[in-house]
Amino acid sequence: MKKRLKNWGNYPEKACQVHSFDTIERLVSLCSAEDALIARGKGRCYGDSSLAEHVISTNKYNRITFFDVEQGVMECQAGVSLDDILRVAVPKGWFLPVTPGTKFVSLGGAVASDIHGKNHHKEGSFSSHTLSIKVLCGDGKIYECSREQHTDLFMATCGGMGLTGIIVSVKFKLKRISSAYIRQKQVKAANLDELLRLFETNKDYTYSVAWVDCLATGNSFGRGILMLGEHAERKELPMSMMEEPLKVHSDSKFNIPFNFPSFVLNKMSIKLFNILYYHKNLKPVQDSIVHYDGFFYPLDNIRNWNRMYGKKGFLQYQFVLPLDQIANLKDIMKKISEKKMGSFLSVLKVFGPQDDLISFPQEGYTLALDFPVRSNILNFLDELDEIVEKSGGRLYLTKDARMNKIFFQNSYPRLSEFKQIINKYNPHFNFRSAQSERLSIIE
Amino acid sequence: MKTVLLLGATSDIGQALAEKYAKEGYGLLLAGRNLTHLEDISADLNIRYNVAVRCYFFEALDYGSHSSFYEELPGTPDVTICIFGYLGEQERAETEWQECERIMDVNYKAAVSILNIVANSYQKAGSGTIIGISSVAGDRGRQSNYFYGSAKAGFTAYLSGLRNRLFKSQVHVLTVKPGFVNTKMTEGMPLPAPLTAEPQKVASAIYSAARKKKNVLYVLGVWRLIMTVIVLIPEFVFKRLKL
Repeated sequence: MKKRLKNWGNYPEKACQVHSFDTIERLVSLCSAEDALIARGKGRCYGDSSLAEHVISTNKYNRITFFDVEQGVMECQAGVSLDDILRVAVPKGWFLPVTPGTKFVSLGGAVASDIHGKNHHKEGSFSSHTLSIKVLCGDGKIYECSREQHTDLFMATCGGMGLTGIIVSVKFKLKRISSAYIRQKQVKAANLDELLRLFETNKDYTYSVAWVDCLATGNSFGRGILMLGEHAERKELPMSMMEEPLKVHSDSKFNIPFNFPSFVLNKMSIKLFNILYYHKNLKPVQDSIVHYDGFFYPLDNIRNWNRMYGKKGFLQYQFVLPLDQIANLKDIMKKISEKKMGSFLSVLKVFGPQDDLISFPQEGYTLALDFPVRSNILNFLDELDEIVEKSGGRLYLTKDARMNKIFFQNSYPRLSEFKQIINKYNPHFNFRSAQSERLSIIE
Repeated sequence: MKTVLLLGATSDIGQALAEKYAKEGYGLLLAGRNLTHLEDISADLNIRYNVAVRCYFFEALDYGSHSSFYEELPGTPDVTICIFGYLGEQERAETEWQECERIMDVNYKAAVSILNIVANSYQKAGSGTIIGISSVAGDRGRQSNYFYGSAKAGFTAYLSGLRNRLFKSQVHVLTVKPGFVNTKMTEGMPLPAPLTAEPQKVASAIYSAARKKKNVLYVLGVWRLIMTVIVLIPEFVFKRLKL
């Protein structure tokens, strides 16, 4: 029985046959029986990365099989979510080494996307903390790969979008914390130049990210709020937090029960939201101690927030440009503000260096924007692609639902090495997603 | 610490029950055929809920092994839940005796064999709870699955008799009729959502029904209604229906 499946952006939709497994035996028999398979966890990629004729859901393969509480080493099956990991690790004084803006992703998805977080400039992407990965490859065998063994498979699996095979389990290193709280500093920047300067002067902070108002013009062009954070020591906590210094997050409080009609998000409401968001901080610098849940996952508190964009869905556009491409970064933001294509939340971050095969991060500026699906949006994003391409930047595959293959091929310089490794481990291309076909990664 | 014995612990309902009882602080005795799978479940529940978990190889169809299996357990478990079952293929069972026999063996004979041993032990101890996962399919035989249904009907009658026998020994027996459940056994079947329960829902319903000493549990109340109607249809009408 086929099911109409969509990921977080609610665009595009594809009829898929969904299979689940909770043992390796079952997984192996599924993979040998079907063609055009891709693994899928929580469906939190935005576009078509985890859509295919046959979707292998990892949600029932979700056991935490090893946790060394002394060393902070954990091994989990691919379907375990970051939410599950936090619930187990935080009370023992451990935290995720790298986390994206939502905890509702599976570990397998995190590896396949080689996720980055607010600490990328200091601590790299998830692959930097991954000790080993087990992958079921095209020959029906499970390979354990790491930086020491089957290195090529390891490199192509981190950020490889599931194209080397099905990620079965992952062993990784956690990060020591003495409290579940974050010492947060928020700094307002009146425009983009000031914001970028603030990133530079605050680069020693472990966590940094900025919200940017993409609709402000003139002197306020690119104004925003820089958010900085460090894990709080126990002695820094106020009395109320001392009672349970390693407190785990609670369940989400709000839910959006249905798709909003498309007129709710319009130029005016987006502009108004951005003005309010900027002015909510009265003081130029605000210090506070906040729980990790609010610091890292503000949107997790509203279940199904993607429904705000209506039935047609939305596209998230996340690109990275090298550090010397500020002029082009401004050019892209100008285009957005001129066309009033503003995004609800635009998030800016500075990446540190990374030398990986196919992972998204590279040293430079990354900006993520949401655009509701409207008739003119695809052409507009193609225009932005041109600027990204000539700047030597690229797009994040996990967010992508529409880029064209020429742009993709030109923007990932080590693509041919990646393809060779896929040829080796997935020679019959049984593992292929709608995205990999669209981008001709698998031909 | 209280302990629960789960017979057929790798099934989806078995895994959900293991999680529910672990959350409630029970020690777990997991029994099944796939030891590797049981070990994964065991490690996970121990890490998440800090409870003691032990795994045992258990082959439901090897009746002769049942008493030594039970004797090797560390003490008498407070609760025993018989979860294993075999849906089988109705059409194949109509022509292939092996399939037909397997449906009867797993769903009836094997369950009776192991629960006889547990019942005698509980009767002697004067305490304990036995929970049997039967099925709404046992409420009335229908052409679409009457082999499975009749084996489950037998199991339901067995549990009812057992409850009657053990009442005076302070041993409680709960019969569970889950209705449609979203599991490996039913994956790909077009089940109507309002009539289909998630395994987690089944597990918490079982846990609270056992605590309240309920006798027969329909996990979704609507199933009690549906089965009442189905049972009430006169046979001369029923035999003409396509059910």
